[in-house]
Amino acid sequence: MTDSRAQILGTLARALSHKGRDPNAAKKRIEGHEINLIPERGAGDRQTQVARFTQEATTVDATVARITGDAALPGEIARYLKSANLPSILRAAPSLKDVPWAQQPTLTVETGIAADNDSASVSRAFGGVAETGTLVFLSGPDNPTTLNFVPPVHIAVLATADIAGDYESVWAKLRKDQAGNADFMPRTVNWITGPSRTGDIEQTLLLGVHGPHRLHIILIDETAG
Amino acid sequence: MDPDVRRFKDNSRDAMANATLQSALHKLGHGFPLRRLEAAARLPEFEALRDQSRTIKDHVLEHLDIYLEIFEKRVIEGGGQVHWCADAAAARAKITEICQAAGAKTVTKSKSMIGEEIAINDHLEAEGITPVETDLGEYIIQLRQEPPSHIIAPAVHLTMDQVADTFYEQHDDLDPDRALDEPRQLLEEARDKLRQQFLGADVGLTGANMLVAETGSNVLVTNEGNADLTYSLPRVHIVMASLEKIVPTLEDATTILRVLARSATGQEMSVYTTFCTGPRRTEDLDGPDEYHVVLLDNGRSKLLGTEFQDILRCIRCGACLNHCPVYQTVGGHAYGWVYSGPMGAVLVPALIGLEEAAELPNASTLCGKCESVCPMRIPLPRMLRAWRRKHLETRRTGAVARLAMRGWAALVKRPRLYRRIIGLAVAVLGLAGRRRGRFRRLPLAGGWTDGRDLPTPTGDTFIDQWHRGARGDASGDWLRKRAND
Repeated sequence: MTDSRAQILGTLARALSHKGRDPNAAKKRIEGHEINLIPERGAGDRQTQVARFTQEATTVDATVARITGDAALPGEIARYLKSANLPSILRAAPSLKDVPWAQQPTLTVETGIAADNDSASVSRAFGGVAETGTLVFLSGPDNPTTLNFVPPVHIAVLATADIAGDYESVWAKLRKDQAGNADFMPRTVNWITGPSRTGDIEQTLLLGVHGPHRLHIILIDETAG
Repeated sequence: MDPDVRRFKDNSRDAMANATLQSALHKLGHGFPLRRLEAAARLPEFEALRDQSRTIKDHVLEHLDIYLEIFEKRVIEGGGQVHWCADAAAARAKITEICQAAGAKTVTKSKSMIGEEIAINDHLEAEGITPVETDLGEYIIQLRQEPPSHIIAPAVHLTMDQVADTFYEQHDDLDPDRALDEPRQLLEEARDKLRQQFLGADVGLTGANMLVAETGSNVLVTNEGNADLTYSLPRVHIVMASLEKIVPTLEDATTILRVLARSATGQEMSVYTTFCTGPRRTEDLDGPDEYHVVLLDNGRSKLLGTEFQDILRCIRCGACLNHCPVYQTVGGHAYGWVYSGPMGAVLVPALIGLEEAAELPNASTLCGKCESVCPMRIPLPRMLRAWRRKHLETRRTGAVARLAMRGWAALVKRPRLYRRIIGLAVAVLGLAGRRRGRFRRLPLAGGWTDGRDLPTPTGDTFIDQWHRGARGDASGDWLRKRAND
């Protein structure tokens, strides 16, 4: 293996080194992690961005609801499950354990990683991107990755304050939260734009292949004060 | 799969006689280009993003050795391993070794062109390990033991009935009288089957759309979510990637992601874009314990500094296939190996040798559509011509063909003479064929007229019309109209 490494790097170095390149160019580019061109479409004030996010997410077959305060979450989830004719059973991310689930006695809530027979999950997004209606999830003990993919119905909770215009702003927030930490990336970062889909059978669009066939996004505005 | 590129002409003839394939290719050749055009129109910055994406990749290629070392260092710091593999055999051996060390019986796999290139499935099977393709299209063709016919739509050549027949035959534990009349029923059956595989697999094998040097991450893009179940459920995650997949930073990856899906399917963004970094963290409740990146060279390093370097910018979106008149006519299987269409015709000779793959660079009209839609602005026609030139230099082309080409070259280098002769030919043909309106046979062009008639020229030459100001319709309306036919 070491031989292959030396051989490959040697071939590359021979092909490239004569070009008088700046040996620090790569290091500088990484340290600077400069932002490239950002499309205009994500720009605007908070309301514009929330509207854009909602419009884009809806276009790719997600559904979007908007509530005020975490306390309204159990009610909205119970409403959604009922309206979609789904069982009132939920696998919740540990990050949502302080939500007052007991307010909805009909709702059975367990926290933890996804199990194969779970019918619906709820997890908390780290951010939203108005540009394309994309949700960003970070893995961690509070937000296991499998919740985003295993159950057929995925409910995503996102604070409207966490909606940004573009992906770059979400990267910036992650870098800032982990300031100075070279290992700022969690094991998994998931960008999710609508529910799972395929066109593999006669180029017919079908939702819900391996990932969820429903994605319901609940936007939460902070309670006043 | 072993390359079988020499049969290109026979394969093409078969493909053109295959009505099912022709209907699928017709649909694909109109649907994808139209959706790409609409996505590009919705994003005013699309062209500028293409420029930036090209610049990013050019910068990477000029510093590839340095970025690879940075990437490796970051992966190791994050608790993962990087395995450098000079060729397909080394990569296969390494992947098998990791699987065996993990005691793997079943390996789930999400679609990877590198996996096809190194024929990993055949090799794992020979070692007694069961590889399971999980992308729906790949799963279907794996059951049928066929290679993919398109980079992003591997089963595009099959009808629903063919898929149903395959499922009846292969899923023989299920009720033989069950209904499989609708795409949804096929999908549900495949989902159930594959779900059991996901949960039972010991190793998850994925490709990588990109590798991020800054963080030691791999990027995975899918619409189905199969890659995400592939890396998150088994104990071991192996990433197969070729050297040139590197980008410097998350911001650079993001720029390229903005052009990838739009070029491929016309989506604003694919459904699932994932950044995997190392194995699961100590406190994590799920995710793999081991993270391996198998870095494959397989001849790519030798392309740097040559006239074929630009093909290493390719991000495998499939846009050049979707827009290519040759691909649209013969489909992916005719090309005889993993990569097809214009990018395949440039890359395959580099990977398996020009001798073996000489048919492919010649299978092009050089119309230039591929370059005009390539998100990375790869000069595919220039490189196709370069392969043709190289092939001529090997002097394996017949003496008559060489003489004819020399005569042709002498003519087209003298525009005035060329126009006079063409003008004369048009006039003579117009006169000779005015009764029938077409020619069934022409002297010296028997090969050409075997398959089609030449319409009798009427009116002016193209250049005369162009000088008069006659222009085509570039709005895409014609495409929209044809797609609705």
